Amino acid sequence: MKIEILGTGCPKCKKTKEAVEKVLKENGVEAEVVKVEDFETILNYGVMVTPAVVIDGEVKLAGKVPDEKEVLKWIA
Amino acid sequence: MVDIFYPLQWIADKLTYEVFGIAPETHLAASINFIIYDVMKIFVLLSVMIFAISYIRTYITPEKTRRILGGKKGLRYHLVASLIGTVSPFCSCSSVPLFIGFVEAGVPLGVTFSFLITSPLVNEAAVAVLWATLGFKATAIYVVSGIVLGVFGGYLIGVLKLERYVEDFVYKIKVGQSTAEHENLTAKERAGIAFEGVKDIVGRIWIYVIIGVSIGGIFHGYAPEGILEKYAGKDNLLAVPIAVILGVPLYSNVMGMIPIVESLIGKGLPIGTSLAFLMSVTAVSLPEMIILKKVLKNELIAIFVSIVAVSVIFTGYLFNILL
Repeated sequence: MKIEILGTGCPKCKKTKEAVEKVLKENGVEAEVVKVEDFETILNYGVMVTPAVVIDGEVKLAGKVPDEKEVLKWIA
Repeated sequence: MVDIFYPLQWIADKLTYEVFGIAPETHLAASINFIIYDVMKIFVLLSVMIFAISYIRTYITPEKTRRILGGKKGLRYHLVASLIGTVSPFCSCSSVPLFIGFVEAGVPLGVTFSFLITSPLVNEAAVAVLWATLGFKATAIYVVSGIVLGVFGGYLIGVLKLERYVEDFVYKIKVGQSTAEHENLTAKERAGIAFEGVKDIVGRIWIYVIIGVSIGGIFHGYAPEGILEKYAGKDNLLAVPIAVILGVPLYSNVMGMIPIVESLIGKGLPIGTSLAFLMSVTAVSLPEMIILKKVLKNELIAIFVSIVAVSVIFTGYLFNILL
């Protein structure tokens, strides 16, 4: 599983990455987490409000920090 | 008119004079009473306002905005863009993707700017804190001015045909189809999102509000009456431009600035000067300009800042004369 965190380096984007990594660790799920800061890639996903979470190429959330329950739903 | 905040004043009075036992008519009592009352009122209004706007916002996604405004010219679309800006969230880190997204959808540059100017200027948290501290009338003036400023500023940028000052790569980016759109949400889900919004925003700004109210409270209780009228009153024409220039670097503390400004008004700072100051705090922020530099050439940033600054100064003078 490949998880991309889209964002241009704002505090919320960092929080999103932390939240995702925390849930992954707690549930023992292996995934590659990368941060995407390049506008072109972000917009190619159709995302205009960051932070956003993309899992295996699918945009799961845009514009806010996900809560842990949401993350769990995506990775389960 | 019945003051719906009367119960809060009653609680503030009880706490100050009875629970804390501070003698009325003293500097300390005035400060403490101001702080307790303001903090309660601000948090009540903040929660209600953020909840309401966040709920409305679940219907207005950037994707929809792009579709509505794409290829539309004319003053009324500047107004539509500006109005959408009032209810849209604005984290300065989203300004670049939003900007590119709008331009790519064929939204004219001027209309995009109407959105970009009003969006940070009129946001629900600032409006709630303004309402709690300066009252409904000043808040209404602020909101209407913010919309007029967005419409006018964006229109001017459109008329000046400044497209060449947008970085070339912007026109080359293709925006994909997002798979995550708020569609078919139930009322309960929307309310859930709105509640998250309240938690998120209040969680982020409460500390600034408390600090701001405390400084404002001390000033309210201890500063001599009319002190600012003497030095920064309406007849001091330099006061408005100075207030606007001071406001530019103060972006992140706007929630804290408002209660301080409230106490300054109490000591004779004119409303127009005060509103101009607060508008410059929110409308032109250094971090946002640095981010926008990635898509705009220096010329356009300079024109944008000048238009906003001049209009804000004009607004300040206007309300100093009218009120």
